[in-house]
Amino acid sequence: MENPEDPPRFLTAAEAGLTGCRTCGAVNPGGAQTCYSCRSALTPPSAYSLQRVWAWLAAGLIAYVPANIYPMLRTTTFGRASENTLVGGIAELFSHGSYGVAFIVFFASIVIPVAKFLAIGYLAVSVRRPATLGSHDRLVLYEVVEFIGRWSMIDVFVVAILTALVQLDFAAAVTPGIAAVSFALSVAFTMLAAQSFDPRLIWNAEKREYE
Amino acid sequence: MDPEQLIACPACDVLHRDQEVAKHTVARCARCGTVLAAPKSGAMTRIAMLSLTALILLAAAAGFPFLELQAQGLSHRASVLDAVLAFSRGPMAPLSLATGLLIVLLPAARYGALVYTLAPMALGWHPAPHAAAVYRWAERLKPWAMAEIFIIGVAVALVKVSGLARVGLGPAFWAFAALLVVTILTDSSICRLTVWKTLKTRRGS
Ligand SMILES: [Zn+2]
Ligand SMILES: [Zn+2]
Repeated sequence: MENPEDPPRFLTAAEAGLTGCRTCGAVNPGGAQTCYSCRSALTPPSAYSLQRVWAWLAAGLIAYVPANIYPMLRTTTFGRASENTLVGGIAELFSHGSYGVAFIVFFASIVIPVAKFLAIGYLAVSVRRPATLGSHDRLVLYEVVEFIGRWSMIDVFVVAILTALVQLDFAAAVTPGIAAVSFALSVAFTMLAAQSFDPRLIWNAEKREYE
Repeated sequence: MDPEQLIACPACDVLHRDQEVAKHTVARCARCGTVLAAPKSGAMTRIAMLSLTALILLAAAAGFPFLELQAQGLSHRASVLDAVLAFSRGPMAPLSLATGLLIVLLPAARYGALVYTLAPMALGWHPAPHAAAVYRWAERLKPWAMAEIFIIGVAVALVKVSGLARVGLGPAFWAFAALLVVTILTDSSICRLTVWKTLKTRRGS
C-alpha cells in the first residue's frame, strides 16, 4: 500500500473527485450516494456535518445539568429515606474509605463527561480555524474520546444494580432518581456527538493552512 | 486508475493503492497511521469462535444471579434480568429498557451478527445472504454493546452495599468477567477493512 502521489503531498479521494467510504474504505465515483462495496450511505467530508455534532453536544450538555442537580438514588433504611446525588454518592464512598472505587466513579461520571464536552467542542472548532494541536494529536484525541466515552455509563448501571439488589422489604430499599435517566441520556447524546464528527475534516483544515 | 484498485483511509481520506498485504503484516495509512489492512491466518475462525463463546457467556450472565445480599435474616439475589426489570415500575421504565438493551440485547445482536457473517468466511464458504448489511450493523452496534462495562458497575455496587449488608458473588459475576476478556480479545482480533475486503472478494468468487 503506497500513496499514488509522492509524499508528502497526499491526494485524498475528495480532491480526486471521488468519495471514500468511511465504513469499508472503498473508493466510489464522486456523486455516489451508497457505497458499491458495503452499501453504506456515503457522505463526502463536509463542514455541514458539524451541525449534527453541535446539536448532539448541546443536548448532552443540557441533560448533564439535571443529572448533577437531582438525586441519582433514594435509599430507604428502616423507614428513613435519604437521597444521593452524583457528587453525593462519590463523597459518601470517599468518606467510607473506599478511595479506589470513589476515584473510579469520579473519573467515569465527572472527569470523562466534562473532558468529552471540551474535547468534542475543541475538535469541532479546530476544523474551522488554525488549530493549536497538530492533526495527528487531534486524531488521537478523537480516538480517545470515541473509545472512552461509553465507560461513563458505569454509574447508571450501579443504580440499576442497587435497585434490583437492595429490595429487603422494610430493612432497606433503593429506588432510582430522575438524575439516572438524564445522566444516561447525556452519555448517549455525547456518544452520538462523537460519532457524528467526521475525522477527515481534521486534515481539511491543515490543507487550508498551507494555501 | 480504476477506483476499485484504490482504498481511501477512513480517518483522513488519503488514497492508497489496494495491494495484497502479506499475512501477519500491518498496512497503515501513510499520512495518519490508521490500520488499512492486517490479515492474519485464521483470524475469521478466531473471531467467529470468540463471538460464539461470548453468546453463550451472555446467556449465562443474563440468567444467573450476579450478587447475593444478606441482611437482618433476609436475603435477596439479583440477576441482570432483575436489574432490567428493576426500573419497569413507574416513570423509570425507559431506563429499564435502556439497561436491557445495552447489557443484553445489543451485545447479543452484535455477537450474533459477527457469527452470522464471519462463520461462513472461516469455513471458506460464500457469504451468507445480506452479509454486508449484517456486518455493517455489527460495526454500528459496537459502541452500544456495553456488557463489559456492566461488570465494573457490579464491582462498584458491591463496595457500596458492603456497609449495609453481607454480599456474595453469584455465578453470573464470573460469566461477566469472562465476557470482559472475550470482548477485549474479539475487538483486538477484528480488522474492519480486512473483513470488508474478504467479504468483497468472496462475493465475487
Ligand atoms: Zn463502503
Ligand atoms: Zn489516514
